[in-house]
Amino acid sequence: MRALSPAELNVSALEQVVVSYSDTATALADVSLSLSPEEQVAIIGPSGAGKTTLLATFACALKPSRGRVVVFGRDPWALPAAELHRLRGDLFLAPQAPPLPPRQRVVNAVLAGRLPQWTAWKALSSLVRPRDLAAAHDALTRFKLDDKLFLRCDRLSGGERQRVALARLLVSNARLFLLDEPVSSLDPNLAGVALDTLQEEARQRGATLVVSLHAVDLAMARFPRLIGLRAGRVLFDLPRAEVSNELLTDLYGAELGMSFQSPPTFEEAQMKLTRCL
Amino acid sequence: MTTVALPASPLRDPAWRERMLWTAAAVILLFPLGWLAEFNPATLWSAASLSATRQFLGTFFPPKLDAEFLYLVGIATWKTVAIATVGTTLAVLIAVPLALVANRQLSISAFASGRMCALCMGVRATVRTFMILLRSIPEIVWALLFVRAVGLGDTAGVIAIALTYGGMLGKVYTEIFESNETQGTRALLGNGASRTQAFFYGMLPVCLPELMSYTVYRWECAIRASVVMGFVGAGGLGQQMELSMKMLAGGEVLTMLTVFVGLVWLADAVSGFLRRWLS
Amino acid sequence: MRANAPAGVEGHHTNAWVSKAVLAPLVFLAFLMASIATLSGDWASLFSRAAATSMLEFARGFIAPAGGAAFLGKTFYAALETLAISLLGTLLAVLAGLALALPAAGRWGLPAKHAARFVLNVLRAIPELVWASLVVIAAGLGPFAGTLALGFHTTGVLGRLFGESLENVAPEANDTLRRNGVGALPAFWYTTFPQALPQLASYALYRWENNIRAAAVLGVVGAGGLGQMLYFHLSLFQTHEAATVLLAMIALVGVVDIASNQLRIKLTGR
Repeated sequence: MRALSPAELNVSALEQVVVSYSDTATALADVSLSLSPEEQVAIIGPSGAGKTTLLATFACALKPSRGRVVVFGRDPWALPAAELHRLRGDLFLAPQAPPLPPRQRVVNAVLAGRLPQWTAWKALSSLVRPRDLAAAHDALTRFKLDDKLFLRCDRLSGGERQRVALARLLVSNARLFLLDEPVSSLDPNLAGVALDTLQEEARQRGATLVVSLHAVDLAMARFPRLIGLRAGRVLFDLPRAEVSNELLTDLYGAELGMSFQSPPTFEEAQMKLTRCL
Repeated sequence: MTTVALPASPLRDPAWRERMLWTAAAVILLFPLGWLAEFNPATLWSAASLSATRQFLGTFFPPKLDAEFLYLVGIATWKTVAIATVGTTLAVLIAVPLALVANRQLSISAFASGRMCALCMGVRATVRTFMILLRSIPEIVWALLFVRAVGLGDTAGVIAIALTYGGMLGKVYTEIFESNETQGTRALLGNGASRTQAFFYGMLPVCLPELMSYTVYRWECAIRASVVMGFVGAGGLGQQMELSMKMLAGGEVLTMLTVFVGLVWLADAVSGFLRRWLS
Repeated sequence: MRANAPAGVEGHHTNAWVSKAVLAPLVFLAFLMASIATLSGDWASLFSRAAATSMLEFARGFIAPAGGAAFLGKTFYAALETLAISLLGTLLAVLAGLALALPAAGRWGLPAKHAARFVLNVLRAIPELVWASLVVIAAGLGPFAGTLALGFHTTGVLGRLFGESLENVAPEANDTLRRNGVGALPAFWYTTFPQALPQLASYALYRWENNIRAAAVLGVVGAGGLGQMLYFHLSLFQTHEAATVLLAMIALVGVVDIASNQLRIKLTGR
């Protein structure tokens, strides 16, 4: 195994990054993290901890007030606009609320993932007559939405819209997946299917997958590395096995005086669910 | 690898057929439309057209700015404003009685039972139709008619605005009367007040700001309409512009166009101020 | 009566009310008087015998509109011409307005924004009829001039309305695509445009309703259609024929109003 150069070691890295919106509002304080190729990471933490900001910073969508960002071995904020644009085509940032225009059909919403690879003319002609229907259909099938291919986005439920936004990822070319609460509107069964698909896709492509979750049980069950974020600071950055209940209590429950129980496994959760039905 | 076996037939976009048909229909329709409208951009570049354009544009600069001409333009502009003001005032005088009759809130026969007597409905319908008639004939057509009847000049313009805007204001006044807070009016009618009393004590105070706001807005539109009507001889700035254009005096036209744009902007500002001040 | 109200906040309130109730009518009356004085007021002539007779002539003419196959055929053709002017003019304006709305919404920098807005304002400020008189010089008499004139003015109107609509679209969908490396124009077509489309279509159709009225009257300066026919017959005092043309105008406006309403419901679902 040859030694990897430092640039190749990291898909994306933040060094002592500070993101602040004003003198008093700091979203991220002194965050240093790095992501290696083919890693799968879950970011957990209470609301307002800065998970969205962290993902945005990794995705060079947000310029930090201080500190350095490196993406694919380069400093995105030092690049000329065209280069930065190309760089962005290699990553995929999915916001919490599915960004789907209401009257657009699902097929076009999904194929929008291909846009970085298409010329302007191809993009426009695909609106008139969708190209690559097969790829869109395939992507939707993996999220169990194949029958919705030609429906309008505003005719879908919240959970379906969320899955369509994820299907976009499957037709894109990205090597770095940054997903903000991708399964928040999905029931445990569908959430499992969605995460299965995402993780498998990441493995197949050799891409890095970073997901922010508020369901700690899912995070613990599926992701080998967990980053705990609280009030804009990294509380811990550990392999799954080393994340103890005390750490989780620190992360979530300390302010509320709660103590964290050992979260149920996915199977246990599913059994609980079927018992309720 | 989770691939799904694709269906035997390739996927087809269900919307494609409909789109094709509509696009084909539109394209096919464009040809007769273009023919009817004698759409031929090539004529714009023909020798005769180009020389006429160049000649006209050539006279545009410099704009005519001598004192005598500016005085003439000033008078014409003031006349335009005067036409609009008097016309709108007359329109209000026409519209108010029409709206009073047409609106349903002042109907005594409908007050208790909710249904009007047949005669009342007939009267209201007639008044509404009359207002529609006044409205649907463009003001410039009224102007043309009255220029023929009473000759060139401001009078034709004033009447044209009075009639058209009378219809428009009448319709909107009716809507305002009907849609605003009617409790006061109904209370007065219920206690035996006459319709006029109910109007002045119940309806008018509530509706007045909206009425005035819309009337001021219409006055602003009337200024623009007056200029346009001037082109068929109804006086004011428009008539002057038409004369200058006929003589291909580009400099004069440019000055008047600038004054016109300034006038519209000023009227817009004044109208905005008045509407804020009055409400 | 509020005159007895105490001074202070109440007093200020009273003063404002009094100034509006007293000052406004006074200013208005003064303005009105000045206006009436300026207008040469050939008002006497309005009630003169000559005016009365010609108005009676008109009325008689209008009660009996002219018929006859040949004339009705001509009127129908002129109506089609007017319809074509309004449709083509509005169509041109939609395309040009959209093209100008993009820079006017600030997509290509500040100088482009100001330039586009200036052009749109000039186009909008000049009424269709004035445009028609100007365009007739280059395009000659006839419906082509009317189409262009309508196109110019409507571009100004629609360009501004389109620009406002585009600016008001929620930016999240667009931003997401841009952050994922999609170019400005494809992102526009995939997110901003479909979201604004119902509003754009609504404006365009509403403008068509307005333009059919405008197209009908553009003919008085020689721009073809029913207006030109009307002007022609009125100049010759042929009131019967003029009445027919007028009725055709009203009917055409009514038809377009209905069609435009139906289209709007179909396209925007409202």
